[in-house]
Amino acid sequence: MLLVSGVRDTVPMMVGAAPFGLIYGALAVAHGMPLAAVLGMSLLVFAGSSQFIAVSLIGAGAGIVVIWLTTLVVNLRHALYSATLLPYARSWPLRWRWLLAFGLTDETFAVTEHHFRVHGGLNGHWFQLGSTLAMYLNWLLWTLIGATLGHALPQLGHWGLDFAMLATFSAIVAPQLRRWPYLLAALAAGSVALAARGLPYKLDLMLASLVGVLAGMLAESRGVRA
Amino acid sequence: MIWLTIGGMAILTLAIRSSFLVFGQTLQFPAWLERALHYVPVAVLTALVLPMALAPQGRIELSAGNPYLLGALVSSLVAFYTRNTLLALLLSFMVYAALRALQ
Repeated sequence: MLLVSGVRDTVPMMVGAAPFGLIYGALAVAHGMPLAAVLGMSLLVFAGSSQFIAVSLIGAGAGIVVIWLTTLVVNLRHALYSATLLPYARSWPLRWRWLLAFGLTDETFAVTEHHFRVHGGLNGHWFQLGSTLAMYLNWLLWTLIGATLGHALPQLGHWGLDFAMLATFSAIVAPQLRRWPYLLAALAAGSVALAARGLPYKLDLMLASLVGVLAGMLAESRGVRA
Repeated sequence: MIWLTIGGMAILTLAIRSSFLVFGQTLQFPAWLERALHYVPVAVLTALVLPMALAPQGRIELSAGNPYLLGALVSSLVAFYTRNTLLALLLSFMVYAALRALQ
């Protein structure tokens, strides 16, 4: 049953995302956002890193246009995910594509893209739905817990919650580095990200990703052994 | 005002995510673009991960006293050799927590 497989394959991502939901909720409350808005942002936006940044911008008194622009730039990578999944999604009904596009997070993309690549995309919308629902409910739950406990746990950042994303993404990337072009793409992207770190609006991330993709393609076309 | 902010964020994010999935039906990708997209996950995730592991405070810390670096190494190596993400997470959290406790 593809729906259940989608949920099951997403469990590690739920574990990784839980601390983020928790700390986002706590952080947002600490910045004076009303509980309904804290939950509403998770419910309607459902994009962890941009939610984090928005909360800190709101706390810093940034204007609404700045917050919107930042959201646009930070989430732009999701357009690449959207394009990557399209070949598998051509057969999905239109309503499903709206629904599943809404829930296209980093984690769900990582899980489902891998599944489609390995197992093919037949009836893939059920797998995608399982992963999406799992991440969505998980995100709402941990946001709620974080917001509720926010006042009681003022030192959340010191508990290693920032390590969660790092560990999760490392575990996703590492198994893909068995093939040379992918390893070279990773090395190029990582080096540029490190050298360009701290550029405003996460432009370092966009730049590094672009260079990484180019490096992978170059390695592939030069026939670097897979 | 907060709801206007959230509403705009929601619309922008949905617009980005639905770009190709919903509106790309008629688009045909050139072959090179399809190839390029294969490298997107690895490139984006590595670009996120490496600075966090090597420079958690903004400057590069190549030392055993950097729990982010050692934790990420454990996570990567376990995932590479076992392909078991959950095991990789658990072990790396243990290493990270132990190093933090020692500091």
